[in-house]
Amino acid sequence: MTETVSITCIRCPIGCDIELEVEDGEILSLEGADCIQGEEYAREEFRNPTRVLPTTVRVTGGVLPYVPVKTAEPIPKGKLEAAVEELATVEVEAPVELGDVIVENICDTGVAIVATRDLPAAEEGPVAAD
Amino acid sequence: MTESRQAVTSDVDAMRREEHDLVVVGGGPAGLGAAQAAYDEGVDDIVILERDFELGGILQQCVHPGFGLEYFEEELTGPEYAQEFIENVAERGVDIRLDTMVLEVTHDRTVYAVNDEDGVTEIDAEKVILAMGCRERTRDALDIPGSRPAGIFTAGTAQRLINMEGKLPGEKAVILGSGDVGLIMARHMHLEGAEVEAVLEIMPYTGGITRNVVQCLEDFDIPLRTQQTITEIHGNDRVEGVTVQEVDDDFEPIPGTEYEIECDTVLLSVGLIPENELSVDAGVELHSVTGGPIVDETRETNVEDIYACGNVLHVHDVVDWVTEESMIAGRSAARSLQDRVETRKEPIEIESTAKLRYVVPDRISTIDPDREEIPLYMRVHAPMEDVFVTLSSGGEELTRTFERRAEPGEMVTLNVDSDTLAELPEPRLELDVVQREEA
Repeated sequence: MTETVSITCIRCPIGCDIELEVEDGEILSLEGADCIQGEEYAREEFRNPTRVLPTTVRVTGGVLPYVPVKTAEPIPKGKLEAAVEELATVEVEAPVELGDVIVENICDTGVAIVATRDLPAAEEGPVAAD
Repeated sequence: MTESRQAVTSDVDAMRREEHDLVVVGGGPAGLGAAQAAYDEGVDDIVILERDFELGGILQQCVHPGFGLEYFEEELTGPEYAQEFIENVAERGVDIRLDTMVLEVTHDRTVYAVNDEDGVTEIDAEKVILAMGCRERTRDALDIPGSRPAGIFTAGTAQRLINMEGKLPGEKAVILGSGDVGLIMARHMHLEGAEVEAVLEIMPYTGGITRNVVQCLEDFDIPLRTQQTITEIHGNDRVEGVTVQEVDDDFEPIPGTEYEIECDTVLLSVGLIPENELSVDAGVELHSVTGGPIVDETRETNVEDIYACGNVLHVHDVVDWVTEESMIAGRSAARSLQDRVETRKEPIEIESTAKLRYVVPDRISTIDPDREEIPLYMRVHAPMEDVFVTLSSGGEELTRTFERRAEPGEMVTLNVDSDTLAELPEPRLELDVVQREEA
C-alpha cells in the first residue's frame, strides 16, 4: 500500500515541504524539493533520521554541578530519549575538559558522549549535584 | 593580573584608580570578540569587566548545537563556541575581571566597577566598548492578567536552571512564544522528563527557524498553535493552568475561543531587550526600533570614544554575526587609538524604505584606508520572497544582493566597497527592497 510522508527540509532557511510517496519502506516518488540537497535530506530523513543530542551530566567537585555534553556524532532519532535516561545515571568528577569522553558507547549506537566545555574543579569545597 | 593594574591610592579616599586604553563592559561573545580584535590590531592594555563568575555570557547555558556555522564553518554548541574565544583572550593576556559589576560609565569614559576583592575601582579609559547583551521580556511587559503564583519563568531562566544548575522548573509546561529560545526549551523540558502541553504563538507564523520547529517540536509531537495567546494565568501558590484564546489579525483575543490548559509551569519566550541602562546614563542616544545605541560604521555611539556591539546594539539571530560585529567595534576602536582613521567632513547618512525595519549602522563617518568593505546589517518588516536589496545614492544604484527568502527573523547583510564610497553623488545612501520582476 502506498502512503504519503511529509518532510520539511532543514538544510537551509527556505524549509521546503517535501512529499514522499512510499511503499514497504521504499521511496516511489519525491516532490517539493527546490534543490538536490533537499532530495538528499528527505531520503536520509525517511530512511534513518539522526540527531545530535545535547544535554548535561552531573559533576562532583566542579565550579558548577552539571557539565554540558553532546553525542560526538548524530544518533538515531528513536534513541534520543533512551540516551537521556542512561545519562541521568552518569556522574563525573571535576576537572572536565572540552572533548573528554564521558560515555564511550551510548545506547549501543557506537557513538561517544563528549564534554562540550572545560569545567574546572571548585577551589573551596565541592559543589554537590542535586 | 594585579601587576598590570596601575593602582594609585589617593590620600583622600581609598578608591582604586586606574588608567587603561580599552575597557570592555561584558564578557559574553560580543565583549570577547571585541577584545580579541582590538588586541590583534595592536592594543595590549585591555580590561574586560564581567559580572558573572566566568566568561562566555549566555552561550554557557545554550548547550545545543547550531552555533559557529558561519564563523568556524562547523557546527558547535554554545559552550564550545564560547571556549574558543575565552582561550583566545586568555592567550593574549587580556586583563579579565570576573564577579565585577560596572556601576557607571560617564560620558567622558570614567568607568566605575565594583567587586569583592578591590571594592570600587575608578577606571579612566581611552575607549569604552559596551557589550552588555540583552535580557528577556517578562510577564510584566506583556500584562497577562491573573494571579501571581510561582511557576512563571522566562525561557532563558529555565534554560539556565536546567543546563547549568540541574533543576527542572516544572512537570507540565505551556510555552508562550515560538522564538528559537522557546522552541529549544520545549525540547529540553521534554527530554528532561517534563510534559510540554503546547507552544503558543500570537503571530500567524513561528518566530524561530525551521530547523528548530522540526527538531524541537515535530520530533516529539509537541503542538505549535499559532495566532493564540495566554489571556489568564490561574493558581495561587503555584501555576495551576492557563486560559488560551485565539487572536485576530490585530492580535486582539477573539471572544468565545477560550479554552483551558492544565499546567504547573509557564515559560515566556517573548522577545529580548538590549540592556542599555549604563549606555543611557553615559548620554548614549538609543534607536527607537532596535532599543540599542545609534552607531556609525565603526560602532561608535554619539558619545565620542564609546562603542557598542552585539545584542546591546541590536538583537542578533546568530552569534556568528555578534562576533563579526564586535570585531568591527574592537578593530575600529584600536585603529582610532592609533590615529589610523580620518573623520569624514560630512558623514554619509544611511536611509531605508518602509520595507526595512532597521539598518545598522546609521551612518558612515570615517575613512579607514585598511578597510575594504563595510557590511550593512538590516531586517525586513515582513516575510518576502525573491527580492533584491538595493543600495543607491542620488538615484544611482551602487550594489544589490538577492534574497530567495527574506524573513524578519533572519538578518540580511549587504557589503559596500570602500572604493564605491569615494565617489558618491551625494552624502546619502538609500536602501530599498524590490521584487525580482520589478527589478
